Amino acid sequence: MDFLNAIVALSNFVLIPAIAYGSQLALGALGVTLIYGILRFSNFAHGDTMAFGAMIAVMVTWWFQSMGLNFGPLPTALLALPFAILGTMVLVLITDRMVYKFYREQKAKPVILVIVSMGVMFIMNGLVRFIIGPNDQKFADGERFIISVRDFKAMTGLKEGLAIKTTQGITVVVAVICVALLFWFLNRTRTGKSMRAYSDNEDLALLSGINPERVVMYTWLIVAALATTAGVLYGLDKSFKPFVYFQLLLPIFASAIVGGLGSPVGAIAGGFVIAFSEVTITYAWKKVLVYLMPESLEPDGLVQLLSTDYKFAVSFVILIVVLLFKPTGLFKGKSV
Amino acid sequence: MIVVQDVHKHFGGFRAVDGASLAIEPGSITGLIGPNGAGKTTLFNVIAGVLEPTSGTVTMDGEDITGLPPHALFHKGLLRTFQIAHEFSSMSCRENLMMVPGGQSGETLWNTWFGRKRIADEERALRAKADEVLEFLTIEHLADHKAGQVSGGQKKLLELGRTMMVDAKIVFLDEVGAGVNRTLLNTIGDAIIRLNKERNYTFVVIEHDMDFIGRLCDPVICMAEGKVLATGTLDQIKANEQVIEAYLGTGLKNKDKVGA
Repeated sequence: MDFLNAIVALSNFVLIPAIAYGSQLALGALGVTLIYGILRFSNFAHGDTMAFGAMIAVMVTWWFQSMGLNFGPLPTALLALPFAILGTMVLVLITDRMVYKFYREQKAKPVILVIVSMGVMFIMNGLVRFIIGPNDQKFADGERFIISVRDFKAMTGLKEGLAIKTTQGITVVVAVICVALLFWFLNRTRTGKSMRAYSDNEDLALLSGINPERVVMYTWLIVAALATTAGVLYGLDKSFKPFVYFQLLLPIFASAIVGGLGSPVGAIAGGFVIAFSEVTITYAWKKVLVYLMPESLEPDGLVQLLSTDYKFAVSFVILIVVLLFKPTGLFKGKSV
Repeated sequence: MIVVQDVHKHFGGFRAVDGASLAIEPGSITGLIGPNGAGKTTLFNVIAGVLEPTSGTVTMDGEDITGLPPHALFHKGLLRTFQIAHEFSSMSCRENLMMVPGGQSGETLWNTWFGRKRIADEERALRAKADEVLEFLTIEHLADHKAGQVSGGQKKLLELGRTMMVDAKIVFLDEVGAGVNRTLLNTIGDAIIRLNKERNYTFVVIEHDMDFIGRLCDPVICMAEGKVLATGTLDQIKANEQVIEAYLGTGLKNKDKVGA
């Protein structure tokens, strides 16, 4: 039995990747949940909004790289992030003006808006692939690791190595900053309060003289910033591929619904629930178990509950279970 | 002065408001009564901008306000409350009141970052005002309670309080008394009378409680089947034959009309 090595292996393969992935999902789910709370529909175009934001970040990064600009040990993409956010803000505001505003004025039912958002999704999806192509794009640069496996082994003398990628560190730090800013904004500022009021009781907010178009505009701006940040972090951590963002829609929606649609705290909790479930269920536990069990009990197989090919099935199952047994989610959001 | 001229509101084939015309005198407490389904709330919704009329016009001090959205009407001094009290349930009663004056300087992103001082001053003034309103309504002990957790009657008081956060010209109260106990109803009545006398608020009150109407309102307007039947003091209304018919049915006089 070797607890230390077991813990290191567990951290390396489960905890750290799940925390990073959870932060990305949480940022994505926050965007979905804000749209649901304030504009009152499930925005299927969210994944592709992330892709669009990440695409701009990739292109600005390349441009910076070609000029020899870099951010030292940090990825250049962080410098490109503000530009990407601005670009995405412009895109979502144009989309809102051209598409959603019309349906809002008609007081269209949420289900119609969902279908509309699917149309927007296809267009954004096409736009991204048209501009940057459907292939994998690498744009991460700078230092690759905060701690590499070799350094860790040399430092501790353990048999198991632990690696923390720079992108994972950045993901968590940036996510924490974003969430802190968002919560400060929603709870402490007048703009944020009017957004909460509008989400809580639309009629009353209107009768209190709160301008709905302004609330909607700020919501889109915040969502654009969150989506771009989530998209860039995910792209840095894995790689940028337009179609992957579309697939991310499922775990993101699962996160938002598990936490309770419309509840920002729920979106964050949901993101981590989904990420940890996905990673722990698709992880081959053999390595950890070998360290923990007496030799006679060591498993022969990989002890992997589900192949990684089926990772999306995990969010899907959680989604169904939550919808069946607790439709308002962990943090009492609006029921779906 | 609000003038409603020949307003129709049809939902498909159903004529909820069918050619209603009325005028509301400034400084009055006008009662709006009528049997269920008479179109009172629909008319309120049309005036308050929640619904757009099928035809007809609403003017306020000579200005056409037909179909203006609620938040625009709010800034013109036209406020309303709901039949079932609305509140921002996750905020405290004080915060609920402080939400009211829409268009505060803190509502723009620019000021959120660069106008901190102005916002702070404004919030301080609002907070003082909110406390004053809570005291006026005798619910100051609820200031820090979540608005979603206070009683139905207290929510109604809070709704009335909301109209006091700004200088309203005219306030439409939709069944302030519904589901409220006697004592609270009297408190609400007192508050309405005081606001009317001291601040010169004009009120339009939908209410089924005739004692309440009798105590507060002059004139009283009676609606039935989407039309205005009669206007006058409550006693005049009570004596009006058409009104009695609308409330009690036509009886045996003309059988063919019964149930129509």
